[in-house]
Amino acid sequence: MAAIEMSHIDKRYDDGFHAVKDVNIDVQDGEFMILVGPSGCGKSTLLRMIVGLEDITSGDMVIGGKRVNDLAPRDRNLSMVFQNYALYPHMTVYENIAFPLRLQKMDNAQVDQKVRDAADLLELNEHLERRPANLSGGQRQRVAMGRAIVRDADAFLFDEPLSNLDAKLRGQMRTEISRLQKRLGITTVYVTHDQTEAMTLGDRVAVLKRGVLQQLASPRELYENPGNLFVAGFIGSPPMNFMPATLKGDQVELPFGSVSLPSHMRDMLKGRDGDLLIAGVRPEHFEDASLVDGGADDGATFSTKVDVVEWLGNETYAYIPFEAPPEVQSQLEQLEKDLDGESMRTQLVIALDGASGIKEGDEARIHMDVSKMHLFDPATGQNLTVDVEHAGTIPGLEVSTASA
Amino acid sequence: MKKGTGLQYWIGFALILVWCLLPVVWIISLSFKSEAETTTGSPQFLPKEATLDNYRAILKDSDFTHALLNSFGISLIATFLSVVLATLAAYAIARLEFRGKKLVLSLALAIAMFPVVSLVGPLFDMWRTIHLFNTWPGLIIPYMSFTLPLAIWTLAAFFREIPWEMEQAAQVDGATSWQAFRQVIVPLAAPGVFTAAILTFFFAWNEFVLAISLTSTPLARTVPAQMSFFVGPDPFNPPYAQLATASVIVTIPVIIIVLLFQRRIVAGLTSGAVKG
Ligand SMILES: Nc1ncnc2c1ncn2[C@@H]1O[C@H](COP(=O)(O)OP(=O)(O)OP(=O)(O)O)[C@@H](O)[C@H]1O
Ligand SMILES: [Mg+2]
Repeated sequence: MAAIEMSHIDKRYDDGFHAVKDVNIDVQDGEFMILVGPSGCGKSTLLRMIVGLEDITSGDMVIGGKRVNDLAPRDRNLSMVFQNYALYPHMTVYENIAFPLRLQKMDNAQVDQKVRDAADLLELNEHLERRPANLSGGQRQRVAMGRAIVRDADAFLFDEPLSNLDAKLRGQMRTEISRLQKRLGITTVYVTHDQTEAMTLGDRVAVLKRGVLQQLASPRELYENPGNLFVAGFIGSPPMNFMPATLKGDQVELPFGSVSLPSHMRDMLKGRDGDLLIAGVRPEHFEDASLVDGGADDGATFSTKVDVVEWLGNETYAYIPFEAPPEVQSQLEQLEKDLDGESMRTQLVIALDGASGIKEGDEARIHMDVSKMHLFDPATGQNLTVDVEHAGTIPGLEVSTASA
Repeated sequence: MKKGTGLQYWIGFALILVWCLLPVVWIISLSFKSEAETTTGSPQFLPKEATLDNYRAILKDSDFTHALLNSFGISLIATFLSVVLATLAAYAIARLEFRGKKLVLSLALAIAMFPVVSLVGPLFDMWRTIHLFNTWPGLIIPYMSFTLPLAIWTLAAFFREIPWEMEQAAQVDGATSWQAFRQVIVPLAAPGVFTAAILTFFFAWNEFVLAISLTSTPLARTVPAQMSFFVGPDPFNPPYAQLATASVIVTIPVIIIVLLFQRRIVAGLTSGAVKG
């Protein structure tokens, strides 16, 4: 077992494409680290540099205290589960799992012992003599994991291992991977573009955008304290709502009315008076005003027309359109592109309690928890109200706060 | 399917079968006829009295058995070398980016398109000076140069079909490049390897022009060449029965090989390697 330290990792492909830019990530011994980001952001590239299938253009890759930049994959003692499983079709399940051990010239009795242990753990016992082609997707997935765990590797690497499975199986395998990792306590780096997987599996999550690390933090920190617009929009489902916000003294003007700025934000926004910012509020921080206790302190209530209502039983999603000025509009459109085009029209998506009686077309009174609001700089996308103590690592932030 | 297609299908099938197999059946029938029967003016289709005399005679003919041995030796060696070299070359072509890759491929294709006859003269002269004339290597070398291009093209196509990830998985599992190639890639390309081997073997086994021109004695003469030396007692009447017998004998290994290897050329061996 080993820690993995990446410092100033850069990757330029032969065609000149700069796929990974100055990434610093330290994966602690036994930690479950997630690399997440939209398609093409360089997650796989980074993972393949760890395992040695891709050359590192510059920077240091240190595994277990040893610099491995120039080592071949087989000398790094890591095991990897590929997106397409990459099982050997001409070998039985047994031989697939035994393959890494055979290469180590381990004697047959020991190989047998280890393969059977791994098969027990993954419930593959009755399939050992079958061929990969005849297995179901979930079973193939487990064989691939078996091949990874049978060897005492220093770390596991997963490249979107669940993306080929259907939704139900994906949920099951996700818990299985999590259980397995906890049980073996082995350092793990896991690539996904699915934010649910990222949130549920990871001890810490590294969010990447176009080859640049955006934030490295625990799932909770990412959710509550996103470092910029991109992270805020990427983490959470349905995504965070973004709307124009104009700062007027201690007041923030939102499309639905003015709210007063919570006290802890006032210092952070010094010198920004009169600026047009982007406010971000998560859907669940809105509520049907009639269901909120009158005593709620830093809340604001406004009344607006509800466009569409989706009732899901335990909760209700309501859609409320609004107008955005062009500066904000263009920034939001760019964000939408960065996020792989997850549709973000200028409308609020708010999650109300299932008990709420609001109907389509109603003029409803909505309560908003202002203390949970974030304010972003429309030009840089930076979160101006981030709680730095509880936001993990945000590259660039240390520098900018020092110079401010 | 429409109604009636079944019947048309079977009629067409029968026609093609008769068209292809009639000459073969004729040769087999001929090989069982006696000398006297083949020289009569109006021979019938089936032998009047089937006899094994032709087979006995031809297997006693030491020139023929020696030619059979030459054929086997030369074809097998040419096939083996050709497939080994082609596998390595095709792997490099499919997997590596190097300068002049296109050139190598087009050159290979050009060689394959070259007419064999045009090489006979130069080779004849060259082989005599360097003492390869009338030897096994003297035939093996030109056979390889004509079969290699085809084998390389076939195998390169197969290698390209194998997902890169197979090999990378093997490397991560601890294999050297050679181990990954030997234990993962070659088994997966087996159908391609067998196809290339069969094509090469057939070429060498059936080749006539070089075999007759580059040999002078039964020392290195292969069966197709040897057959042209079958002369009966009557110079104007070739020994048809003998020729037919030789043809049947020379065809048997080919049929055995096809039947043996057919089962190994299983398409879709790679299905299940990646998500199906
Ligand atoms: N061999 C290559 N040569 C040139 N560019 C490449 C190569 N491989 C990947 N890239 C580029 O590098 C970028 C990152 O690719 P990568 O495969 O790491 O993305 P990813 O984050 O894993 O995306 P996905 O979620 O779609 O798998 C992409 O823009 C891609 O076009
Ligand atoms: Mg990828």
